[in-house]
Amino acid sequence: MSINLRYFASLKEVAGRPEDNLTYTDTLTVHEVWKRANPDKSLPGNTLTAVNMEYVDFDFIVKDGDEVAFFPPVTGG
Amino acid sequence: MSIQIRTAAFDPYQEIQTYRNAKTGNTGALGATGIFIGTMRDFNEGAAVKGMTLEYYPGMTEKQLEKIVSEAQRQWQIIDSLLIHRVGDIFPNETIVLVAVWSSHRGDAFDASRYIMEALKSKAPFWKKELLGTGDERWVANNTNGYKSE
Repeated sequence: MSINLRYFASLKEVAGRPEDNLTYTDTLTVHEVWKRANPDKSLPGNTLTAVNMEYVDFDFIVKDGDEVAFFPPVTGG
Repeated sequence: MSIQIRTAAFDPYQEIQTYRNAKTGNTGALGATGIFIGTMRDFNEGAAVKGMTLEYYPGMTEKQLEKIVSEAQRQWQIIDSLLIHRVGDIFPNETIVLVAVWSSHRGDAFDASRYIMEALKSKAPFWKKELLGTGDERWVANNTNGYKSE
């Protein structure tokens, strides 16, 4: 199975890249996706996460083909 | 209803005029217009700011803005609305965001435009990186809750 990862704003700087692809065979939550893709970097506590452009919690389970995004609190307007 | 992401500077007053003039039907019912315009300051958090870059998440940002406007339509009697938000490089005195809501009565116009702005501030994926007067750059950490006094 494979998912696409997107990183925005300060999380792009933490991850060191804007996007990524992760292949896996087991069941993964969004938080576990981060740890698998960024094993040497802890996920900042105020991080927001989205799957297929909808907000989800860290314990949301991803599925094959999902787009998983990590970003800091939003600051528009 | 119109939701637009813009990469170039725009005149919010001209946008309101143009959008309003393009309407051909039901204009006799437009008794109230609620307008919010957000403009870039040249200071923030005690520092001079000479510019900023607004990043967004193409696709998700539009999707979240559509959900916010749909929720406003569900809660209030809205005849039409216009929402324009800048992205990219922005400088002081330029407009960041325009929200205009047309309705028959002021309560709906005031409350719906306020709701759209506050929801945008907390849910729409935009991120500001400031270029300070010193030449340093910094991410804006978070938006404040506009309903709470600071």
